[in-house]
Amino acid sequence: MARLARLELSEEDVERMAGELSNILEHVERISSLDLDGVEPTTHVVVLENVLRADEPRPSLPRETALEQAPDPADGAFRVPSPQA
Amino acid sequence: MSAGIRELTAAGAIGRIEAGELSPGDLRDAYAQAPDELGAYLERLSEGGEPAAGELRGLPVAVKDIFCTEGVPTTAGSKILEGYRPPYTATAVQRLADAGANVLGKTNMDEFAMGSSNENSAYGPVRNPWDIGRVPGGSSGGSAAAVAGRLAPAAIGTDTGGSIRQPASLCGIVGLKPTYGAISRYGMIAFASSLDQCGPLTRDVTDAALLLRAMQGADTCDSTCVGIEAGVELPSREDLKGLRIGVASDFSHQVEGVEPGVADVFERSLEMIRELGAEVGECELPHAEHGISAYYVLAPAEASANLARYDGVRYGLRADGDGELVAMYERTRAAGFGPEVKRRIMLGTYALSSGYYDAYYGRAQRVRTKIAEDFTTAFEGFDLIATPTSPSVAFELGARTKDPLAMYLSDYFTVPMSLAGIPAISIPAGLAEPPGGGPQLPVGLQLTSPAFTESSLLDAAHALERAVAFDGRPPTLGEEA
Repeated sequence: MARLARLELSEEDVERMAGELSNILEHVERISSLDLDGVEPTTHVVVLENVLRADEPRPSLPRETALEQAPDPADGAFRVPSPQA
Repeated sequence: MSAGIRELTAAGAIGRIEAGELSPGDLRDAYAQAPDELGAYLERLSEGGEPAAGELRGLPVAVKDIFCTEGVPTTAGSKILEGYRPPYTATAVQRLADAGANVLGKTNMDEFAMGSSNENSAYGPVRNPWDIGRVPGGSSGGSAAAVAGRLAPAAIGTDTGGSIRQPASLCGIVGLKPTYGAISRYGMIAFASSLDQCGPLTRDVTDAALLLRAMQGADTCDSTCVGIEAGVELPSREDLKGLRIGVASDFSHQVEGVEPGVADVFERSLEMIRELGAEVGECELPHAEHGISAYYVLAPAEASANLARYDGVRYGLRADGDGELVAMYERTRAAGFGPEVKRRIMLGTYALSSGYYDAYYGRAQRVRTKIAEDFTTAFEGFDLIATPTSPSVAFELGARTKDPLAMYLSDYFTVPMSLAGIPAISIPAGLAEPPGGGPQLPVGLQLTSPAFTESSLLDAAHALERAVAFDGRPPTLGEEA
């Protein structure tokens, strides 16, 4: 699970968290006793459909500004270690 | 010269400025020079600049550090964003500035708004001005402590499951979570996008209405933000005649550990509501008690997706991955996130993982529907529903850090309204002695109403506030400043 979440956890972390998470999940599992057949899931509380704007070019964040906070900018882009390494 | 300035409400200070009795500069200085002994601020701005002309007249406002402010460090209480300076300003903050407000500083908070005590901040705890050995609540703990502790006349925060209302309750101030979609989320660092909502933390209900009025409204940068079509009226009501107020006894009594002091203040508030002319009746919210369970699936699930962006590539911290991309991600996130954020990312990743999705996420979304339907049904018979805001008064620093579930239950009364997307306000209702003794501490009352009915919610809260006549000045502050 930690791999999926891209989190490096130590042995102690894993042990402590396993206990805490099963405690929380036990509480959460109370909802398994409810009869929810035929109930629609809520993904969003405001009923909205297709909020669109005209597809017109507009100014956006300049490249230099977007790169200003990057840990390792290079050649006008974000540099990262090779995914194939 | 500055005696009493920091005792003024926002509306009071604006009135003095309009009458030519106080200058915006002196008002700002009175706050900017006050020592922050509570740890409420992460960053105090040395200058406010010339305020825009507008109805807020240069009012200084404290802003939770979850709102992006152009060029001003914005951390969301996390090490992963240490030193981050956003290239733009959040709509809510911009609207306040356009209305004449002046940002005093950025307030401390639980990391990424995950917490109910402010102890999950990477930058240290915030102290409750009523008892500095106790927490201010969270996650908007810095904003609440600043307003209660006379370090800001008003503040803004965010509420995902109670993060404005619970700290307001614990600090003896007013906290409003507007309807989902009332205020733009643009530039507000995302925790759980279907629940996050910005709102004011203030000394009284009128001030909450003033800030809400300035911030609300549709925004092309947040397609889920529709604004309050009817606008926001400043409250004027002095009684509750003709109103029907619902109390869900089953819900209010299910929680383990509503403190006796909180229950007493709640009963007294209901008595006061009756004396003001409202009819108090029993309403049913049969699924509300499952709010915490649904919330702690949905919010972590959304958080696990939202926080995927902190990967050491575009901004924030980057750890060395010895030349490997995935190792860089994993180490960056391990070093940058605190324990509660990691816990929620793990919980959310689990709830969304194949094989468990239906059992957790799918069911929680259906419980959310049931909770929203409960409120819709209840509002057919009642104008407002009243609950305590928090099961407890402010607890001692460290009391719940070892038990995440106990911390989560702090939000028992506030989470259902967040899931339903409806507005809810906490106002100070009285004082109660904490279990184990000690000085008396504030207790909040929560009122909730149908979506986009903020004006009538604020009006009722205003009438009750007048009757309660709560003295919001923490005794620890000593002489008037």
